[in-house]
Amino acid sequence: MSALLEVEKLEVGFGGNTSAVRGASLTVERGETHCLVGESGCGKSVTALAVMNLLARGGHRTAQRLSFQGEDLLKLDDRGMARLRGNAMAMIFQEPMTSLNPAYTIGSQMTEVMRRHKKVSQRIAIDRAADLLGRVGITAPGLRLGQFPHQLSGGLRQRVMIAMALMCEPQLLIADEPTTALDVTVQAQILRLLAQLQRDLGLGLLLITHDLGIVARVAHRVSVMYAGEVVESAATAQLFADPRHPYTQGLLRCVPVPGKQRQDEPLGSIPGTVPRIGPGFEGCGFRDRCSFADATCARSVPHQVAAPGHDYLCRLAP
Amino acid sequence: MSTTTTPAIELRSVGKTFRVAGGVLGKDRRVVAVDGVSFAVPPGGVLGVVGESGCGKSTLARLILGLLEPDSGDIAVEGQRIVDMDRKARARLIQPVFQDPFSSLNPLTRIRDIVAMPLQAQGTFSRAEIARRVDEMLSRVGLPGEMGNRLPAELSGGQRQRVAIARALVLRPRIVVCDEPTSALDVSVQAQILNLLAELRRDLGLTYLFISHNLAVVEHVASEVAVMYLGRIVEKKPTQALFHDPEHPYTKALLASVLTPEPGLGVPDVGLGDVMPDPANIPPGCRFHPRCPIAEPRCATETPPLRPRPGGGVECLLVP
Ligand SMILES: Nc1ncnc2c1ncn2[C@@H]1O[C@H](COP(=O)(O)OP(=O)(O)OP(=O)(O)O)[C@@H](O)[C@H]1O
Ligand SMILES: Nc1ncnc2c1ncn2[C@@H]1O[C@H](COP(=O)(O)OP(=O)(O)OP(=O)(O)O)[C@@H](O)[C@H]1O
Ligand SMILES: [Mg+2]
Ligand SMILES: [Mg+2]
Repeated sequence: MSALLEVEKLEVGFGGNTSAVRGASLTVERGETHCLVGESGCGKSVTALAVMNLLARGGHRTAQRLSFQGEDLLKLDDRGMARLRGNAMAMIFQEPMTSLNPAYTIGSQMTEVMRRHKKVSQRIAIDRAADLLGRVGITAPGLRLGQFPHQLSGGLRQRVMIAMALMCEPQLLIADEPTTALDVTVQAQILRLLAQLQRDLGLGLLLITHDLGIVARVAHRVSVMYAGEVVESAATAQLFADPRHPYTQGLLRCVPVPGKQRQDEPLGSIPGTVPRIGPGFEGCGFRDRCSFADATCARSVPHQVAAPGHDYLCRLAP
Repeated sequence: MSTTTTPAIELRSVGKTFRVAGGVLGKDRRVVAVDGVSFAVPPGGVLGVVGESGCGKSTLARLILGLLEPDSGDIAVEGQRIVDMDRKARARLIQPVFQDPFSSLNPLTRIRDIVAMPLQAQGTFSRAEIARRVDEMLSRVGLPGEMGNRLPAELSGGQRQRVAIARALVLRPRIVVCDEPTSALDVSVQAQILNLLAELRRDLGLTYLFISHNLAVVEHVASEVAVMYLGRIVEKKPTQALFHDPEHPYTKALLASVLTPEPGLGVPDVGLGDVMPDPANIPPGCRFHPRCPIAEPRCATETPPLRPRPGGGVECLLVP
């Protein structure tokens, strides 16, 4: 059986001069949580948007393979994609306000998704919306259903987005930083809810997050992106125990842990910034910031296997 | 003789309620967002504010910025009532970095012009001065010059957040209200921004109100921390004391819910239940009692007094 989502050698450019994604590959299995992490601006959201065919104007995607439940998404026309989106494959966007319509109440937006895809009455849709709001930790769903997005706090909006994405019981959920506006107790509740849906419905989750605490606790598999490429991918425990790419190593070194912070020391970071990468860029995108870089890194980067299911893009020996 | 300096930010019993239309059948409801909040932040201090989503943190920020008027109580910034200040003077004194970077940036304005806006609004800077300051600020927040010519939609979430920070700092305000300034950033870029904020604080003597869900970040940047629950500050202490000796059961639950990067431990359940508080229907007694793992019967009826502690206090009936 084919995997739930297969992405092979995805390339995304904007207007010919920005290469936002460069040959990224990843797979999400049914019931699996695959976390996508990486430097701000490295192409995580663009990868997700390319899968959903929701790239901004000027954005162009190509791939060797892009399939959902075995169906070729590259061959699907707009209507075919619209049939899947919000239904069997749903997405939670990084910034709730960009995807909630300020002119409609929460209730009408939540029920609209469901009624577009499933033949159900308004009553049933409202009940489902209220039930899901409760499950993402929102009390007084009746009050919230009648409110407009600007009347909600950041975290309430984010939870509305999560509930909305779950309205049609998706097979695949792409969640782009879904808990950044939530306090840690609510975050824990949401993560438990997603894990439960995974067990009950076999939901596959592609979770984009900067929070390596979340990654460690919920991911089955992790892919690390840097400058448009997936530079390392491994099972979670393996990645944390034995990171191979210098970027991954740097990233894991600078995670701040509460109870251990010292104010007289600056927080750890990876010096330098991501280079400007356009079409035709050669070599490793991390080389300017890498303490292991040598002349070969400007030419080519080998794809290496550290262990079964653990591969990385770097010249350093496994 | 007293040697007290005027606090950079001072709140006295501040309250704010929103009225929400009940729709066709329901009656109007009043959502309590901020309820009897008092504190003072000394010049150069950093007050971290943490708490449950929806507990009123952003409302508190907007009140302090003068973007909302309190229903009750007083807010003074450097000794002046913020609502009485003229807009330009206010902008030179206090600036926000907001939570949702996309919605706070005009989609049709180029990044350079967004960052230049506070300078332009003052009407006292030359074009050359504006250009110079904008360039300097963009590079300080780590955005390459070329990005200045882009539109917000052409940036990643984290890049937009840096634009919001550049815009807030470009006028060199004395106080910055940061509402989740780094939640959209990866740990490395987050560290760069926080180190920058710390550096500016040292160099320019800035005061911050710093709202964040990331407790490690708060521990790193804040001199004092206030924990909010359902509109009230339930515990406030110097940072070290709060992290090493939390007393309020909600503070303890927060600290216990932090996900440290240790694979295999799963997501903890700290026993708060899944029933969230309703801000339109505040529980009597202690407002945390319906979810409190150690509540006693009297918590449902008695209002907890403020038990003073050095640098703050705790509102819980069950602590001595
Ligand atoms: N519409 C667009 N036009 C031009 N460039 C774009 C556009 N959208 C994104 N980009 C660029 O593509 C790159 C990848 O952006 P993306 O939003 O995927 O980053 P990200 O990994 O999600 O970062 P973050 O963690 O900050 O959200 C960035 O350099 C961004 O500036
Ligand atoms: N304009 C408004 N109209 C009605 N209710 C509002 C309005 N603004 C905020 N509220 C309500 O006030 C309460 C506090 O909101 P606030 O945005 O201050 O929370 P917050 O602590 O910042 O939460 P988060 O961590 O989720 O951002 C919420 O119940 C919210 O729905
Ligand atoms: Mg993103
Ligand atoms: Mg908020």
